Amino acid sequence: MDTKSIVYIALFAALTAALGLMPPISFAGLGLPPITAQSLGVMLAGAVAGPRRGGLAMLLFIVLVAAGLPLLAGGRGGIGVFLGASGGFLLAWPLCAALIGVLVQARPDASFVTLALAIGLGGLVLMYACGIPWMAFVGKLGLSKSLAIMVAYVPGDLVKVVLATLIVRGLRRAYPTL
Amino acid sequence: MIEIDNVTLAYGDRTVLRDISLSLSEKRIAIIGANGSGKSSFARLLNGLALPSAGAVRVDGQDTRTHGKDVRRKVGFVFQNPDNQIVFPVVEEDLAFGMKNLGFSKEDIARNTTDILERYNMSDLREHPAHLLSGGQKQLLAISGVLVMQPDYVVLDEPTTLLDLRNKRRITRAIEALEQTVILASHDLDLLRDFDRVIVFDEGRVIADDRPEIAIPIYVDRMS
Amino acid sequence: MLDLYFPGTSFLHRMSPGPKMLTLMVAATLLFINESLVLTVGALVIVLALYPVAGLTMQQAWKQIRPLLWIFGLFFALQWWFSGLTLAAYVVLRLAALILLASLVTLTTRSSDMIETMTRALGFLRPLGVNPAKVGLAISLALRFIPVLAQITQEVREAQKARGLERSVIAVAMPVAIRTLKMADDISDAIESRGYRS
Repeated sequence: MDTKSIVYIALFAALTAALGLMPPISFAGLGLPPITAQSLGVMLAGAVAGPRRGGLAMLLFIVLVAAGLPLLAGGRGGIGVFLGASGGFLLAWPLCAALIGVLVQARPDASFVTLALAIGLGGLVLMYACGIPWMAFVGKLGLSKSLAIMVAYVPGDLVKVVLATLIVRGLRRAYPTL
Repeated sequence: MIEIDNVTLAYGDRTVLRDISLSLSEKRIAIIGANGSGKSSFARLLNGLALPSAGAVRVDGQDTRTHGKDVRRKVGFVFQNPDNQIVFPVVEEDLAFGMKNLGFSKEDIARNTTDILERYNMSDLREHPAHLLSGGQKQLLAISGVLVMQPDYVVLDEPTTLLDLRNKRRITRAIEALEQTVILASHDLDLLRDFDRVIVFDEGRVIADDRPEIAIPIYVDRMS
Repeated sequence: MLDLYFPGTSFLHRMSPGPKMLTLMVAATLLFINESLVLTVGALVIVLALYPVAGLTMQQAWKQIRPLLWIFGLFFALQWWFSGLTLAAYVVLRLAALILLASLVTLTTRSSDMIETMTRALGFLRPLGVNPAKVGLAISLALRFIPVLAQITQEVREAQKARGLERSVIAVAMPVAIRTLKMADDISDAIESRGYRS
């Protein structure tokens, strides 16, 4: 692993922590749970840093959270967050970033829709696929009920996919060599 | 002595330096030029951060291409933004980084750390988090991190650009007091009036190379 | 850097991070395997009793649970509706016990000690090509640049405030991401010019 990869891994972990400082966006009028900008970090790490660097950046991030640093939105951290209901979503971050990275690298000239699809597959579909069974397990809920709970989050997460896609395209204009 | 022998530097199809030949042996050398004139790229050639596309750079006879490690040991590099140069969270750890890379003993690392912090009146900051330092302290830490590696040459790339006037003076005094050969890329003309030699870059070429009282007016004239 | 550690001298504070983590893993597994409400309540009481032993207050215990109240409420309601009160109580109390136990480890362990233990444990992965020294560098770099990027995010938000855009995710995240990418090149150069060979 070269120096630049180590730097990218550390910086994307740090960027994800910094994004946790943005106040949550709430759809108060719609009665939906507020979304945090933090999981944008997962999507950007995969799409910009690539599968290996992005995946390892997210692994580093969750290791630092587990070590007790309050890096999650709202100043949360520690091992407890992984054992809670949303632990599976968090643990999935490295995989999600890696999948986004693989998909984005396979289609470097992707259109907006293709790019959004890649980011959505990793940042939403795979994340739910890991998070929901965990939630069903710790809550003894069964998959269908857990799935039903997560429906409320889908609109917010779709918004994030679009935002991430816009940001990645913007970054590519600023940095054509990405 | 650093010799630059027919050096051209290009990134893709963008040529940033064209056929430069210089021999640097004075104690205080300044490189000035507009943004994009190639002075930063030139500074990066001197410790092998950039390798010439054609020609060769030799530090005390050692080619930067084949003796990268030795050259980096000899030529320390201070960047414009200390925030990008300080790579460890605590002052003491950051100072130790370069020395560890060069294989210094634990005792040497501890002694050099104490000495350099005393020299810049920062002894009480030894275990301080780096991000809580002031701008001037950060730049002094960045310079210290290079000096503890005991280089023979110190290259500084616009070290005062991001500082306020008070911190600029503090860094200027620190640079003046260095016993090493100093090669300074800067826009800050006050910093280099007492230098031995000033080299003016424009569009990747050297357009003047002389004592400050001759070279600086050429630069000022070119800028107006 | 600020962590969630709460200073103290209890046996939990003095226990080294490795055994503490192992104990947590064993206890969590047992809690997951157990199906009995009585045992779960017992475990919860023991965990809560450990808080004062570690010099921690009940308020600190409450703070670990508070952010999860809504999901506890949701789980409880769903379980009660579909499977009855006993299972509802069991699920929520088991989750509470797990989180309080894990928080106990976090609150009594310095993050620097935890990181050191984890990096050392990585030595076992050396045959798989993991280089603990590089992992250590990545961790140090992340700890160094988290406050730097947090400050940049703050600056960008203040700058965007003037345009009424401080809550716009794109107007804030985009400049921060661009600054991050710009820094990456300089930081790599700085590391290499200080004699680091990857």
